[in-house]
Amino acid sequence: MKISKIVEILKAEALTCKDKLSDEVISACAADMMSDVLAFVKDQAVLVTGLCNPQVIRTAEMMDIRCVLLVRGKRPDATILDLAEAKGIVVLCSPHRMYVACGLLYKAGLCGGEDCV
Amino acid sequence: MSEDCIRLEFDVDSENFASAGMASEAVKTKLKQLGINMQDVRRVAIAMYEGEINMVIHAKGGKATVDIFPHRVDMILADKGPGIADIDLAMKEGYSTAPDNIRALGFGAGMGLPNMKKNTDAMKIDSVQGIGTTIYMTVNLH
Ligand SMILES: Nc1ncnc2c1ncn2[C@@H]1O[C@H](COP(=O)(O)OP(=O)(O)O)[C@@H](O)[C@H]1O
Ligand SMILES: [Mg+2]
Repeated sequence: MKISKIVEILKAEALTCKDKLSDEVISACAADMMSDVLAFVKDQAVLVTGLCNPQVIRTAEMMDIRCVLLVRGKRPDATILDLAEAKGIVVLCSPHRMYVACGLLYKAGLCGGEDCV
Repeated sequence: MSEDCIRLEFDVDSENFASAGMASEAVKTKLKQLGINMQDVRRVAIAMYEGEINMVIHAKGGKATVDIFPHRVDMILADKGPGIADIDLAMKEGYSTAPDNIRALGFGAGMGLPNMKKNTDAMKIDSVQGIGTTIYMTVNLH
């Protein structure tokens, strides 16, 4: 699925790296604990999270995650956005809550990793 | 130090949580530049980042030294923090002394040390209570 499709499905707004919206992603993960991302994520390209601090972007960078989706309308500050822009990570922000955001993406075919066909 | 070793050194500052991870990020960038394969780069990045976060949240910062050899990466994370009283216990998944304000930042789940062990080929912890902790980690490159 193209990142632009995520924007569409989740009524999201792209805040960084808008030139990458046509990039393809096939799987996603969701977590608020960054240690869980570091311990359990394999090659998922999208991180859905309710956490909004620079460590979210650093964690994404360590795991080669290319898109971070912030739920519940969280607005990151300039430090976070500058870091994401520098690292080439697309930051999206959606008004949906975590459960609904994940459900909508899964329904649209974005798999979780272990279930990818 | 032999000629084919690249040494990177960092002061890990704990004043500002937002900057935690800068050393790991620099190491990752360097390894990518050197053309190391993605899997190995990620193992180093994960181990180093968890170790760096630990120095920030548990030990008021410290020093990181990273030696990149053709076939392995050695990381030494040294701090003058409170030390680890029971290393076996600290290595257990889920064991954490981190306060709730750290958990609200996305860390403090007690997964750091076990994940550092999992992502490295060798890991050794030297810790003396009241003196500090030094963690030695090696990742072999393929
Ligand atoms: N550098 C350190 N200095 C002092 N204590 C540490 C250090 N690193 C880890 N610890 C201790 O080991 C515990 C487990 O560490 P870790 O597995 O990374 O979990 P977490 O950081 O989420 O608490 C910590 O809660 C802390 O008590
Ligand atoms: Mg930790």
